[in-house]
Amino acid sequence: MDIFRRNNVTVAGNPQGPTVVLAHGFGCDQNMWRLTVPALADAYRLVLFDYVGCGRSDLTAFSEERYASLEGYARDVVEVCEALDLRDATFVGHSVSSMVGVLAAETAPERIGSLVMVAPSPRYVDDEGYHGGFSAQDIDELLASLDSNYLGWSAAMAPVIMGHPDRPELGEELKNSFCATDPDMARVFARTTFLSDTRDDLGRVKVPTLVLECVQDVIAPREVGAFVHQAIPGSSLVTLDTTGHCPHLSAPEATNEAIRDFLAGLPR
Amino acid sequence: MIHTDQQPEPYESQNEGAPDIQSHRDSTPDAAFAALLEDSAEELYEAAPCGYLSTLMDGTIAKINATLLDWLGLERDAVLGRMRFADLLTVGGKLYHETHFAPLLRMQGDISGIAMELRCANGDRMPVLVSSVVKYGESGEPLLIRTTLFDARDRRAYEEELLRGRKAAEEARRQAEADRARLQDALTVLQKSLLPDTLPTIPGVETAAHYHIASPDRLGGDFYDVFPLDGERFAFFLGDVCGKGPQAAAVTSLTRYTLRAAALHDADPASALATLNTVLHDRYTGSGDPRYCTAIFGILTPGASPGRLTIQLASGGHPPAVVLRADGTAAFLPTPGGLLVGVLPDAHFATAETVLTPGDTLLLYTDGLTEARTGADRTSLYGDEALLAFAADHAGKSTVDVIGALTDLLASFGDGLDDDTALLALGVPPLTAQP
Repeated sequence: MDIFRRNNVTVAGNPQGPTVVLAHGFGCDQNMWRLTVPALADAYRLVLFDYVGCGRSDLTAFSEERYASLEGYARDVVEVCEALDLRDATFVGHSVSSMVGVLAAETAPERIGSLVMVAPSPRYVDDEGYHGGFSAQDIDELLASLDSNYLGWSAAMAPVIMGHPDRPELGEELKNSFCATDPDMARVFARTTFLSDTRDDLGRVKVPTLVLECVQDVIAPREVGAFVHQAIPGSSLVTLDTTGHCPHLSAPEATNEAIRDFLAGLPR
Repeated sequence: MIHTDQQPEPYESQNEGAPDIQSHRDSTPDAAFAALLEDSAEELYEAAPCGYLSTLMDGTIAKINATLLDWLGLERDAVLGRMRFADLLTVGGKLYHETHFAPLLRMQGDISGIAMELRCANGDRMPVLVSSVVKYGESGEPLLIRTTLFDARDRRAYEEELLRGRKAAEEARRQAEADRARLQDALTVLQKSLLPDTLPTIPGVETAAHYHIASPDRLGGDFYDVFPLDGERFAFFLGDVCGKGPQAAAVTSLTRYTLRAAALHDADPASALATLNTVLHDRYTGSGDPRYCTAIFGILTPGASPGRLTIQLASGGHPPAVVLRADGTAAFLPTPGGLLVGVLPDAHFATAETVLTPGDTLLLYTDGLTEARTGADRTSLYGDEALLAFAADHAGKSTVDVIGALTDLLASFGDGLDDDTALLALGVPPLTAQP
């Protein structure tokens, strides 16, 4: 199995620098980090990838069974780390990926030495004494929203997204392709993401961790950010003055600065 | 980043065109046309047949038109500066907005035709198609987002129909594939039941067989078997039922078990075929679907001295067996004049006898082999002479090697081999091969 091809692994930045893995969340692909890469490239070796079922990953490697749990996505991370033989890397995960990073760090502690969690949430659905921000019906609605944009995904688009070298006429980047996903695979990822509950895993995190949250984020509200910060021993919390769920796009300077400060403070 | 040339904001431009409109009014006799021109930019914006919305980069609504307020059932004051675009959406829409729409808009600078639902003040949901563009400042910094929303109620109903149709079609396809796989399994089991799992071990005799199925979807009509008659003798047969598919398979099954039973009753080859003839004739004559087969049935009897094997066989219209001799020659074992089995109430079957000694092999085959189409244009048939020459080339080899060579030959025919083909070889191992 060629993990580099399967997960569309890209390595950028300074080959001599410490390694930082940038992992996209549910919705789009590694292009989400396009404003982060230039800010870290001078000092760090950057590893980007697409989870199987997203972006330009090998869609034939998708298995509904494997990706029905976050552990399946965490295996992607560990396998990418193994393929590059990473040691003590910093894993920067956006949204659900930050929880995937927690699971991966637990599985492969020698490979992941620190975590940056961008807009994390260990549980999206409300629970007794816990406010995640969503009800189970809300999640069903999201799945319906995915379905209603189902027609936006066409079979004609798949070869473009999967990158067919033998069809150069399809080489042009199609509109929305960063976030275009096979609807069946998107539904699996959405279900896995929004029905996950990884609150218990937070207390087992043993590596230096930075939690980044936004002032106003529908998906990961501030009380969830506070929950994550409190649950992870010794973690630090930075609140970014921006709205939405993607601070690395909406407030790239502040986000990059917070990540750089954290990286600079790590013991080397 | 994509920078898009923008129209001026409607509010900014509302006075710019006024003098022109004024001057046209007097000179244009068509009152309706004049009224059209009088449609100010503001009115065009407010009463447009689509929703307009301008927000800051954080989504805070800075401007909204009357059409959209009307759809939402909201007052302008309750919206401006107080709500964000995502607040107008259903929860599912909010999630989609945060995970897909907003990131794409940031990365591309524009996005169009995304299906979302508005959450109206009265609790209704209204399907809309949303398009947005980012307006950039002179130095390229994003300033605001302009959004249009189209009423997609009818379209959404239609799309839901399509979606339902597509899901139904996919479900039907999955079901069809499952059915097909099940049918394939059933066919495989049936096909196996028509052939022996393994050939029995016969002391001092080497046996080998090969069965080529022309199409996995169709049950083959060829058959063969080898089985013990008593402590000493063994019976064997190989044949070809007319036709293909389930009907042919039913005849094959009947044939196989009739020959086995008949042989136990009376092992004389011609008698066994006569019994089969009666059974097939009685069963299928008058059914409107006459069925018959060709077959060779034989008995092998080990000789008094080791390494000698007597073969007696009878043929009902089947291509003659080939005998490959240890000395490198090959010849047909002629069985002329035998009739097809099952056609006439009383049929004559041709009989023949031969003795195999070490290194000799008896080969039975069906006409799939000799009628394979060969040549570049696939128009000539492989034929008896080629078979005999091929057999001579492999005479003296073990039966396993002979069948192996013939299997390779069949494979070399490619798509020229379009019929089922059964091969059965019985031989006395060469002396050198004996332990």
